[in-house]
Amino acid sequence: MRAQFDIKTYTGFRAIALVCLFILYAPLIVVAVYSFNASQSLTNWEGVSLRWYADVFTGPESGKFKQAARNSFIIATVAATVATAIATLAATGMVRGGRFKLRSLSFGLISLPIMVPEIVLAVATLIFFSSIGFDRGIMTILLAHIAFCIPFAYLPIAARMQGIEHSYEQAAQDLYATKRQAFTKILLPLMMPGIISGFLLAFIVSLDDFIITNFVKGAGVETLPTAIFGSVKQGIKPNIMAISTMLLGVSIVMVTISFFVSKADAIR
Amino acid sequence: MSDNERIAVDVRDVVKRYDDFTALRSISLSIADNEYFTLLGPSGCGKTTLLRMIAGFEHVTEGTISLFGDDLENLPPNKRPVNTVFQNYALFPHMTVLENVAFGVEMNGESKTIARQRAGEMLELVQLSQFLARKPNQLSGGQQQRVALARALAPRPKVLLLDEPLSALDLKLRKAMQLELKHLQRETGITFIFVTHDQEEALTMSDRLAVMSAGEIQQLGAPTDIYERPHNMFVADFIGETNLLEVSVDRIAGGRAVCHLRGGHEVICPAVDGIGPGSKVHMSIRPERLWMSKSPEESLSFCGCVKENIFVGTDITTLVVLDDGPDFIVRTSNSDRGNRRLFESGSEVVVNMEPGAARLLAD
Repeated sequence: MRAQFDIKTYTGFRAIALVCLFILYAPLIVVAVYSFNASQSLTNWEGVSLRWYADVFTGPESGKFKQAARNSFIIATVAATVATAIATLAATGMVRGGRFKLRSLSFGLISLPIMVPEIVLAVATLIFFSSIGFDRGIMTILLAHIAFCIPFAYLPIAARMQGIEHSYEQAAQDLYATKRQAFTKILLPLMMPGIISGFLLAFIVSLDDFIITNFVKGAGVETLPTAIFGSVKQGIKPNIMAISTMLLGVSIVMVTISFFVSKADAIR
Repeated sequence: MSDNERIAVDVRDVVKRYDDFTALRSISLSIADNEYFTLLGPSGCGKTTLLRMIAGFEHVTEGTISLFGDDLENLPPNKRPVNTVFQNYALFPHMTVLENVAFGVEMNGESKTIARQRAGEMLELVQLSQFLARKPNQLSGGQQQRVALARALAPRPKVLLLDEPLSALDLKLRKAMQLELKHLQRETGITFIFVTHDQEEALTMSDRLAVMSAGEIQQLGAPTDIYERPHNMFVADFIGETNLLEVSVDRIAGGRAVCHLRGGHEVICPAVDGIGPGSKVHMSIRPERLWMSKSPEESLSFCGCVKENIFVGTDITTLVVLDDGPDFIVRTSNSDRGNRRLFESGSEVVVNMEPGAARLLAD
């Protein structure tokens, strides 16, 4: 019975799956492979070499990229941490807060920034900062990133929390734990896989953001995406591919962590 | 319950109302120290609500609940010396079995060492010592059940609340756990308040039970009391199987009510308060107090025809269609097969009733 309804037996399943996988991953594979090209050219293959990786760290643009990478990682780490903390509190309030007025509206409002076109958010954030006279610099980038990372951190945390039955906290309180102890000793550890996923998602979204960053960054402050964009404007060189491949590596590490966290999950 | 026994839990005129729904209408009952007390009723009767109010998860709308004389009203769950075994066990999935059982002892102010030691003892009591380091999801349903029990008993509560803890287990395991629970209760001397919808479970395990329906207590008493002398239609019907017959009460004399069935048969049964001459009420006759024969063997007997025999293991249940009046269910012990108490379907039989088997029921 099962084999009969298995989607793998549908006509064209294999072909469609292969096309989808090709479209998704071919560009990434091309970039990753050509980052090891020994040639100056983007398209001619002249053998394996690490010269473009060396170029990223020691070449003429290395100073700019190092500074940009440092900014990006600091911003991503701080923004993801703060956003995750806020999102955890928000999820606790929304999911464990019982019924309150405007609950559905609040749900919508929290996830709205994901739906809004990013350019609108970027313009709005810029106007906001200039209207309160906030000088643009690394702080404006950080604040903007914290704000738009919250919904990304919120979604996995809230989803996780909805899967945790009330009876765990009730059991904890029944067993003489105060409300605070029930939260820190029971609810928080059970939420942890969601919190880690939320943090990783926020981290990647922040690391990767270009549009908002480009609007709110001050002169001379660059993150990796804006630095790459600036460099590409003067012509694409293979060192861009090396940077991109390293960023891809960071993402893969994050996704792998996320996978093992959910696999070690006690509830499932 | 005699007067000199200490009252563990005293529920006085307790009412529970949600927005537009009354879950409990003025419940009063006293549960003695060391008693195995059961709240029995169909789902939605309010038994779990009452249990959750004793635990402190629900507020009391009106009335009071006290524990050994102390009013519980303003105590949060973590300040009440009662522990709960939850229906889904609610074992903490991120902790080991030992950590789960030690949790309550530690939260109650004991040191980690003492908590672990006590947890170890409790797990020994429920025969799970070899699983200390496992996580709950590595245990079978029955083992999880015993961990939940050990966890709730470890802090030595004054009263243990059990919310349908056996409902997820299969029949055989459930029977074994019923005995184990009973032994644990005797061994620990802790008052157990047990909630179930399974009438057989309630009858087997309880010292006393309260049969509840629609937010009210229908009857409160010892299992034999409730089985032999149900007060009303609901209790007679809910507890065990029974034959319910419509009767008219003719007269009452010397504590006996003389009634007649629709078919004209006269039945004499003990009089019941509130049922006077002229009332049209129901009468309950348990199927095991009826037997079949070829010719009448008792003063009260009915002629009928066997419709069906249903084999239920230890017993055989026979459906008999009476010539005049309602159908009867007759239960025959399987060991009576040789005594010719059983008849093929289609046979003409006489159904005899044991004297005193009939009970009048209030509606």
